[in-house]
Amino acid sequence: MLSSQSSLVMYDEEYQKIMILIERLLRESNAKVIFLVDKDGQLIAATGETENLDTTSLASLTAGNIAATGGLAKLIGEKEFSILFHEGEKDNIHLSIVGGRVILVVIFDQRSSLGLVRLRVKKASNELAVILEDLVRKTQDQHSEFQASPFSEITDDDIDNLFN
Amino acid sequence: MSFINYASREINCKIVYYGPGLCGKTTNLQYIYNKTAEGSKGKMISLATETERTLFFDFLPLALGEIRGFKTRFHLYTVPGQVFYDASRKLILKGVDGVVFVADSQEERFDANIESLENLRDNLEEQGFDIEKIPFVIQYNKRDLPNACDLEELSKALNPRRVPEFEACAPTGEGVFETLKAVAKLVLNDLKKGG
Repeated sequence: MLSSQSSLVMYDEEYQKIMILIERLLRESNAKVIFLVDKDGQLIAATGETENLDTTSLASLTAGNIAATGGLAKLIGEKEFSILFHEGEKDNIHLSIVGGRVILVVIFDQRSSLGLVRLRVKKASNELAVILEDLVRKTQDQHSEFQASPFSEITDDDIDNLFN
Repeated sequence: MSFINYASREINCKIVYYGPGLCGKTTNLQYIYNKTAEGSKGKMISLATETERTLFFDFLPLALGEIRGFKTRFHLYTVPGQVFYDASRKLILKGVDGVVFVADSQEERFDANIESLENLRDNLEEQGFDIEKIPFVIQYNKRDLPNACDLEELSKALNPRRVPEFEACAPTGEGVFETLKAVAKLVLNDLKKGG
């Protein structure tokens, strides 16, 4: 289980693994778009027909949606609702929580079905959880080795320049 | 919590605007949105009631440029200020990197400011944050109104920790970017220390 308080760090190696996994899920589930969002609303990865999609907004609203539903769950004595499904006229959204911290979002239309998406998501989630656990371990190792962060050298000038 | 992506060389930080109902949190975001170049901002999302009161949150993604080769993105959120939306406010504070407390300078909102600040302290604590340690700035909004409280009095009541504080008039933009810049600076400095 990932801690909700630790900073999320993504490295190239894990990013590539995640991309391969969600691209495979996209094919196997006949989905339109798949993206992965941190529970805090940060977009981690996206694949599929994303050109005309505002993925940043989608990520933020997805996290809000999961957070609100999680609040509802707690009110009735549940830990969380790990799967959400929104059905539209053409497109549908399937949301599931992976590893306690990350949200896997699958958007699909009539070319697929809820049953197929659920089946493929379940398998992919297990593999994804393993990658995410590796990522957390790696982040902690890097922390304990006290490697120089690229941000340790930030100066006030660097920050001022952002606003100019 | 900030999200550092080495694969796409990006840092993402979350800043939350907090404060009592109608203090001007949404107006702050609207001003920032209107004054930011097209390429540096995403779509502003407002989940509001029919009477334009914030129901869940406003969201504005900003790309500020590069720092040490990393694209710096700030996600600005507001909370619903009305007292009965407390459950929603707690959710929005999840994973926050920096907080702006927008105080309403009007005399009759003095108690509402104190109540909201107490509520912020409690809700941050519930999420595992300490208001004394988190990057935090205060904005005294509506300074242009004739019934605005004395600044010293406000500061004494709301800012015993002496965090950076700014006078503002959000609709005209006075103090808006100064506030944002100050909190962004604290967040990035925190990132520097936290490595």
